[in-house]
Amino acid sequence: MFRNQYDTDVTTWSPAGRLFQVEYAMEAVKQGSAAIGLRSKTHVVLGCVNKANSELTSHQKKIFKVDDHIGVAIAGLTADGRVLSRYMRSECINYGFTYESPLPVGRLVVQLADKAQVCTQRSWKRPYGVGLLVGGLDESGAHLYYNCPSGNYFEYQAFAIGSRSQAAKTYLERRFNSFMDSSRDDLIKDALLAIRETLQGETLKSSICTVAVVGAGEAFHVLDNETVQKLIDAFEIAGGEEAPAADPDAAAEEGGAADQGAAAAADQGAAATDQGAATEEGVAPMDI
Amino acid sequence: MESNQAKNSLLSSHDNIQRTQYPYVTGTSVVALKYKDGILMASDMGGSYGSTLRYKSVERLKPIGKHSLLGASGELSDFQEILRYLDELILYDNMWDDGNSLGPKEVHNYLTRVMYNRRNKFDPLWNTLVLGGVKKGHKYLGMVSMIGVNFEDDHVATGFGNHLARPILRDEWREDLTFEEGVKLLEKCMRVLLYRDRSAVNKLQIAKITEEGVTISQPYSLKTFWGFSAFQNPTVGAEGSW
Repeated sequence: MFRNQYDTDVTTWSPAGRLFQVEYAMEAVKQGSAAIGLRSKTHVVLGCVNKANSELTSHQKKIFKVDDHIGVAIAGLTADGRVLSRYMRSECINYGFTYESPLPVGRLVVQLADKAQVCTQRSWKRPYGVGLLVGGLDESGAHLYYNCPSGNYFEYQAFAIGSRSQAAKTYLERRFNSFMDSSRDDLIKDALLAIRETLQGETLKSSICTVAVVGAGEAFHVLDNETVQKLIDAFEIAGGEEAPAADPDAAAEEGGAADQGAAAAADQGAAATDQGAATEEGVAPMDI
Repeated sequence: MESNQAKNSLLSSHDNIQRTQYPYVTGTSVVALKYKDGILMASDMGGSYGSTLRYKSVERLKPIGKHSLLGASGELSDFQEILRYLDELILYDNMWDDGNSLGPKEVHNYLTRVMYNRRNKFDPLWNTLVLGGVKKGHKYLGMVSMIGVNFEDDHVATGFGNHLARPILRDEWREDLTFEEGVKLLEKCMRVLLYRDRSAVNKLQIAKITEEGVTISQPYSLKTFWGFSAFQNPTVGAEGSW
């Protein structure tokens, strides 16, 4: 009855100037579990939330090493993500074979975006249902890109994709000003805190997240579970005061009383931020 | 009958392939060394058609992009083909316009791939190439042969230079050579080559590459002295010669 006439293939425009199939593909990214990325001058950290489909399965891998200097975190259709990761790996290997040097991240991302764009312009194809956060290092420094199924790509200081990523984005938007000069360890900590924002109350454990780093003098690698758990424990203990500090709204509203029930306050803050950008106003300056 | 024809057409397509089996017009040695601020490279300007000195103003040192300098000995038309490949390579690299650029190491490795790929087709590019450059304070000097053999060193020389110039360079080269000392050392090598390599001509260029870029000198000649007694009667004591 009310069937959409304009979404039967990718190349059909709606009268409003939209390509529904492409938008559906971008919707698939939003439904995948969250992935985040952030960078300093010298390092990029990628992180993701691991969601198992059922009690009986393990989760799917969402972070892939592409080369020593590049890695990706994906949200959306894992199968598409793996296809694109394989493509990126082979591009890096071929470049390394010809020039004996690492492929610049920006160039790989353009090639990837071109590949995704072709799928939006052929009636017999479908767009990739995956968003990729591509992090890497090249001669111009550390870079973080987001590749979208539409064939668009953007460079970011910090970004989050996938389900409930808005909470992580809000966290990152508040803090990104200091990221450029962050140390590697602070960057990882911010990555974990951003991941926590997407969990909405669920406690952050190393078993439900993956964190990976690439940086100057450090090839891309996924941090092992023990390391991640130690980091979480470290800031959960030390973070008695830090948790509210990371949420300036709560701190501003409650003043000095923010100390008590730190975790609860942080959770409320996160829930509030997810509902809209209104909390942005009157944000107190960070004091960490 | 039919299969016979198929066979023939397969064979004939092979018959039509022309491979380089020997070079026609060739340039002789290139000598290059690292010095304090970058790389210095020297070559003469002769082009030999067999043993005839057919051309005497051939430029065999060329800048490649912003950071590299290429010197070539061997078949000059093959060198021109290589320059076409490199022009395209640098053009496409510039077209990214993203602040990344191919440095001497990348160009050297690219040339290695080109040379080795052509030798695998049994159709080699008949050159020995010297690739020098500076990028981000890093000096680079390497060589590629016509079959893809490649290496890096502090000083290199192709062809006759390998036999006549490198022993001199091994004795006299230093890491902290100044520009003037480097030029002097190269001229010493080129003079020996001029005396002893019949295809060398007394018209040469010296090129310099530093962080600031490439400078290639105008052609000039070396002072020579042919009155050495060994030159007066070169075959004396060489039994069996006339």
